Amino acid sequence: MLRQAQRFLLSRAAMRWRRPFSTDLAEAPADSKFVDTWKKAVPNIDPPKTPLAFMTPRPPTPSTIPSKLTVNLVLPYDSLLSAKEVDMVIVPATTGQMGVLPGHVATIAELKPGVLSVHEGNEVKKYFLSSGFAFIHANSVADIMAVEATPLDQIDSSLVQKGLTEFTQKLNAASTDVEKAEAQIGVDVHSALNAALAG
Amino acid sequence: MASYAAVPFWRAAGMTYITYSNLCANLVRQCLKEPYRSEALTREKVHFSASKWVDGKPQKPIIRSDTGEE
Repeated sequence: MLRQAQRFLLSRAAMRWRRPFSTDLAEAPADSKFVDTWKKAVPNIDPPKTPLAFMTPRPPTPSTIPSKLTVNLVLPYDSLLSAKEVDMVIVPATTGQMGVLPGHVATIAELKPGVLSVHEGNEVKKYFLSSGFAFIHANSVADIMAVEATPLDQIDSSLVQKGLTEFTQKLNAASTDVEKAEAQIGVDVHSALNAALAG
Repeated sequence: MASYAAVPFWRAAGMTYITYSNLCANLVRQCLKEPYRSEALTREKVHFSASKWVDGKPQKPIIRSDTGEE
């Protein structure tokens, strides 16, 4: 009984709370329409909570551009940077190195194997990302998701050279499409590693 | 941005994004310096444990992993 009361209060509070946000006009009517039709069809039972009720509304885009960019660099097993305030990041998107400053337009970028550089004041930290995605939100929060990310000093250059020659050979010897694709991926990754160590 | 025709070369060869991404990650892990390399390779071992249910009770689980250990 207490739980039902809590749920009812929460759904009422959620509906009342969401209306002041002008950015959320799309969400509130969908929920209240459901609640109205439910009340007509089944007046005695409280309407169930819809997924929309559990979602926090999108944080409003600040009217002035924030001075810092908030970066989250996450891997499947660890979060390397968590809500870190920085000046700029350069992400290795498939379309090229993309610089992200505070106030960047909301973007979703697929990443290729390459170097992510995080610029904070005068210091630059570089990580090599294997691949992933970068989500840049309108409120200057950048979420970078990669499968593997290592600082450059953990990469062994002799292994990189070996891998590069091995995969270049495989590429020349490859016959089927799949073999060619795998060899090409190997060449791409190792050349990116090489360039990262050099530059 | 990219048209339907301009697929990445790995997708044209029949590979999915997940396969591509895991392959890239594996190659990067193999290029790391020694203590990090062994940590990374052990950390990324995956195994699946599946058990069939009979009469509402789980039977003995079957473990599947890349190394083929039972």
